[in-house]
Order: sequence, then C-alpha cells, then structure tokens
Amino acid sequence: MKRVYVDEKWCLGCHLCEYNCAFANSGETNMVKALKDKEICPRIRIEEDGKITYAVSCRHCEDPVCVKCCISGALSKQDGVVKIDENKCVGCFTCVLVCPYGAVSPAEGHAALKCELCLENACGFPACVKGCPNKAIVYEER
Amino acid sequence: MKNFVIVGGGVASVAAIEGIRSVDKTGKIYLVSGENKPTYCRPLISYYLQGLTDFEKMKYRPDGFYAENGVELVFGKAESIDKDKKTVKVGEKNLPYDKLLVATGSTPFVPPFNGLESVEKKFSFMTEDDAQAIDNAIDGNSRVLIIGAGLIGLKCAEGIAERVKEITVVDLATRVLSSILDADCAAFMQRALEEHGVSFILGDSVAAFDKNVATLASGKTVDFDILILAVGVRANTSLVKDIGGAVNRGITVDDKMQTSVNDIYAAGDCAEGYDASIKGSRVLAILPSAYFQGFTAGVNMAGGDKSLTDDMPVNAIGFYGLHSLTAGAYIGDTYEEKTESGIKRLFFDGDRLAGFIIIGEIKNAGIYTYLIKEKISLSEEDKEKLKKSPTLAIFGSEIRAKKLGGVV
Repeated sequence: MKRVYVDEKWCLGCHLCEYNCAFANSGETNMVKALKDKEICPRIRIEEDGKITYAVSCRHCEDPVCVKCCISGALSKQDGVVKIDENKCVGCFTCVLVCPYGAVSPAEGHAALKCELCLENACGFPACVKGCPNKAIVYEER
Repeated sequence: MKNFVIVGGGVASVAAIEGIRSVDKTGKIYLVSGENKPTYCRPLISYYLQGLTDFEKMKYRPDGFYAENGVELVFGKAESIDKDKKTVKVGEKNLPYDKLLVATGSTPFVPPFNGLESVEKKFSFMTEDDAQAIDNAIDGNSRVLIIGAGLIGLKCAEGIAERVKEITVVDLATRVLSSILDADCAAFMQRALEEHGVSFILGDSVAAFDKNVATLASGKTVDFDILILAVGVRANTSLVKDIGGAVNRGITVDDKMQTSVNDIYAAGDCAEGYDASIKGSRVLAILPSAYFQGFTAGVNMAGGDKSLTDDMPVNAIGFYGLHSLTAGAYIGDTYEEKTESGIKRLFFDGDRLAGFIIIGEIKNAGIYTYLIKEKISLSEEDKEKLKKSPTLAIFGSEIRAKKLGGVV
C-alpha cells in the first residue's frame, strides 16, 4: 500500500506540512479562516536533530501497537490504514503513551488525532505531500 | 480441524480470536461468556456515567466480528475443566477442546467490613451492569462514599462528580493512585479531583458500617447514601486451580501464555505473566497486557510460535483534562521537571530508561515507552536530548531513515 515517507536529506524545516495538514483536517475551505489566530493541531510535526530537520507522522505500522492498546476500540487497521473512530474515542491517550513515533497527538477535550493519509477529508491525497516544496515527503509504495 | 474453547468474554478473548485467526482460518472457536453481550470496553464505564459514550459505542469490535471469525458464542458460566477428557462444562454442555484459553478476568475484592450487610445501596465498579446500576441509583442529592483511591475508584468519582451532591473517597494508602504514582505526582492528580468537589480521607479505613454511616479507624464518621467499593480486584483462577494447575496471585503462565496444564493457556487479568520492567512475574491487570497476552496465546494455540517477553505496566489516566502517563519501573536515577501545570519524571537505570511518570505535557511520550520496551542503550548525550523532549533525534540519521522511509 501507499504510505507517506520522509527523506530528511531534502527537508527544509519550513513547517508547511504542519499547516497544510491542519488545514486539510479543519473542514474549512479557506486556509486563513482555518488557521489564523488558532493553535493548530497538525497530525505531522517537524523535529530537529541539530541542524537536521524531518517530518514525523503515522507510519501505518504493519503491526500497530496503538490499535492493540486502544481501550475503546476506536483505533483499527482497515486496508492498511490505521484509522481512528472519533465517536468511539474518549481521549484517554493510551495511544499517545504507546506510539513509538509520537505520531498520535492528544487534543484538548477531544479524540486523539492521527494521520489518516487525508483519505477521509476533502483533500483526498496527503496534504503534507502535496504542499512539500522540496519533495522531502512523498506518498508511494515501498 | 482444531477445536478452540475460550472462557471469558473480555479483551483477552477478542485478542485470542484475532491471534488464532492470524494462523488458523478454519478451526472451530467456542467463546464462553458469563456476560450476556459481546465484548465491550470496561475501562469506559466511567465515561459512560459522564455521558461521553454509550453502550453501543462501547462495543470493542464491530457487530459482525464473531460471525466473520467463525466464533460460536456460548453464554453461561464455565463451571469446570476436565483436563483428561479435554472438555469444559458449561451448564448441561461439555465443550470439547484441543486448546483451551482461560481468560476469566478478575472480580472486585470486597473486604469483610463490619456491618456491610446493613448498607442498602452498595456497588462495585467494573461492568456495564455496575455502571447502569450506579446510573440509576444516583441523583443530585446523593452523598457518595467511595472506598479505594485507585484507578477504578477515582475514575468512578470523576464519572459521577457533576451529578451528585458530594463524594468522599477513603483509602488506607496515604496517596491516591498509589500503584502508579509517587507522592508528588499523586498530589497533582488529587488536586484535579478536589477542584471538582471530590473530598479525600487518606491513610484511614472503614472500621464499620451502620446503614448510612461509616465509622473510620480514626474515629471520623462519614454519612452517605451510596457506597462504592473499589478496593481492588482478585484474579479469577479457580478453573485452573481446581484441576491442580499452578496458581500464584494469578494463573501462572510462561511466555507462550501456556499454563502448567497441557493445552491450557491463560491471558488477561486472571493470568500472572512476565513483567520485563521488574524482571519477574506479576498480574498486569491492564488492557494492553490483556491484548498482548490474549493474542500471544491465540497464535500459540493455533500452532504458531510467539513469545511475550517485553510486557510491562503502562497506564494512561486523566481527570478533567489533566492527563498522567506512566510506564515501566521507577528505579535508578531520577530526572525531574516540575512546573505549575505538570511533572515529568524520567528514571534512568544505568544506560537505559527504566520508567517514567508524565503529568500534563504528554506529547510524544510513546517514544519513551518504546525506549524502555526495546531496552535501547542511551549515551549521556541521548539522555540529555530525552530530558528536553522525546523525539526521534536520539536515533540518528541512519536508523531514522529506516523508521521514516521504510515499512515498519
């Protein structure tokens, strides 16, 4: 299956992926309206190791530990994609506690947030990939 | 074709079904459940009382799960095992097994309090039925007494705090959540509940009940309408114990989840498996362990080969948006960071991270959990990076390329 892959060699650390992700998942059609003066909750984040930067998002693991540990049955793997059912999630954040990549985010008073490859939102294609100016993030089969 | 029997309808049973089916697509699976319903998420009963979920959403798996996996549900109580004939007695039926999983869970422990029989409205807090009964019993005038300031008692308190007149929590321990938090961290979580009107009497215990009054060992008295007993749980081990199987605090299992009796496995709250964080056996009565153990048992029952050697305690608990995540063992050198809004404690045992307690800023904490579980050797530089924040920076470019550029 296709996944989002990251090559840190090309990452500029521009954080655009974070903004594009937050916008794609906001349900809004206007980026300014979606993001201006708001604390954004992207499902991808830029990390730094010295001068190196790289993006981290859900790896859609072959054997996802978050799904096994989910206390509400909200996380599941469907056709290779690790999905979260926001209606079932109670925000206990056991997934945050066990994800080896830090790829599930706690959101205030809300279900946990994670990358679903933009398959469920209006974008339909990973927004982080689409907007990456240096092709450091790609969506492909490996 | 193999015949599998699973006794118990909790999370370990679902995991076992998924484990069996990862190896054997055709064998017959009988699931014996004492609760007349499909597997649901027991840790969610407090959220139910808060109105944040309902019994439909609390189903652990989609409705078609049992049918799709060829599971025949048998509602009833498993009374005994005949290990020679290899059958399990459920009412009039004797279910034959090639491989049997005992996943019978645990039962709330009720100490023999003086006068307990005089209390009219008393409840445990473990099942949907318990939650439903409490839901029906409470109203805006209820004075609730909860015995036990552990995970169960406190989640119950949170679940009903906005719906009752007052809640008093009594515990013999001198801090709340004593099984997972040290004193400072416990005080943090206690405060979150106190801000919502929950009162605590710690380091004290009930000497006697007389109808609606509890007299404590200190001489204090607490008036109440509703009593909730959340002292602790005991593993349900009798099925295996009765046939001479090895039992300690739970049913003794090896890393394949095999009990001391041939072809009988155990998993979940009833089992005592290996805890890698203390390098010893322990009942890990938490949902992740129930899943790991159940899945491991299922694979091995079906003829696969899987060992569970890295299980350890992990706990996520929160009250009113203040979250606490804990993992591993609290041994070795402590690094602490304390602010107004949270605490971070990392425990380094030599070159390894042994455990942590994080309250408040919980982002990326799973990276810490991974380092504990995988026993990753850490340089002093790594430790410094980790103290700042848990990121993939400690792995370096080469390993990171595999993690972020490969299939994992």
